[in-house]
Amino acid sequence: MKGTRRLWWGIIGLILLSPIGLILPEAFESGPAWGEWSLEALEKMLGFVPAGLKKIADLWSAPVPDYNFKSFEGKGLAHSSLAYIFSGALGVGIIILVSLFVGKFLSRKDRD
Amino acid sequence: MHIPDGYLGPHTWVGLYGVMIPLWALASRFVRRTLKQRQVPYLALGAAFSFVIMMFNIPIPGGSTGHAVGGVIVAILLGPWAALIAISIALVIQALLFGDGGVTAIAANCFNMAFVMPMTGYYVYRAVSRGAAVGARRRWIAGALAGYVGLNVAAVTTAILFGIQPLIARGPDGRPLYFPYPLEVAVPVMALQHLLLFGIIEALLTALLIKYFQRTDPAMLEPEGRTR
Repeated sequence: MKGTRRLWWGIIGLILLSPIGLILPEAFESGPAWGEWSLEALEKMLGFVPAGLKKIADLWSAPVPDYNFKSFEGKGLAHSSLAYIFSGALGVGIIILVSLFVGKFLSRKDRD
Repeated sequence: MHIPDGYLGPHTWVGLYGVMIPLWALASRFVRRTLKQRQVPYLALGAAFSFVIMMFNIPIPGGSTGHAVGGVIVAILLGPWAALIAISIALVIQALLFGDGGVTAIAANCFNMAFVMPMTGYYVYRAVSRGAAVGARRRWIAGALAGYVGLNVAAVTTAILFGIQPLIARGPDGRPLYFPYPLEVAVPVMALQHLLLFGIIEALLTALLIKYFQRTDPAMLEPEGRTR
């Protein structure tokens, strides 16, 4: 096992490239993933919103919904790309903290 | 493949917490037995990698989008139980922080992407690469196949969870209460999208990373490299 520095650079590279995941769907006029529709989209597709679904759909309000800032909504791809990169960095930062915590709890001291 | 809140009825999502809680406990026990302190950064790397890879939405022109998960390569490198933990961490953060996948559906999403996918992919990889030297071509071919199969099986289990909803729960007016489309729609649509496009991306990703580790750090590809 070698060091992980190069792999972390890889993660940073992927975070910076992540807006591709925003720009490509826009360029090809693709919607959300199948089975992840908004309530409005469901209403349009079915003519109604399933009653049980409607009741708990907005149970949780995430602090950074859809990897975008609320104040950036409708401001175009440059803004949302910036928010996307920020979200990637934020997510990875928190994941590192959580993983190190969980890992500390699950790992043993090296004996060899 | 991130099931939002409301798409699964309570029987399904509560039931899946009942499945995942023992699996998380089991994974913790297995990982505790093998994980050394200096390997902890790899757990963080696996979780971070899976999180970032899922940001790369791939469009079906004029249709929907999907993405790779990275679940199989993480399982090949860290073992399937450590992968279960790493990918669960990524999915929990996605749900809580970004609303990507529902909070009630965390267990369901972990079942599909952190359990079914890494386990299936890992054993496909093990079977196909059995006896192949660490630098052999058969290793990355096995990885490609494992990535492809792993993502597709996870897509189908997701589609089954979706498709059973109209069978379980309907309102007094006969309308579905949760996910509205039946199995005959959900399974073929989800399977086709992943067979034709997203599975190929997962296969490429898995094979490329295996080639990378063959070149730079082949010890990562030996099970003993993880535990020693």
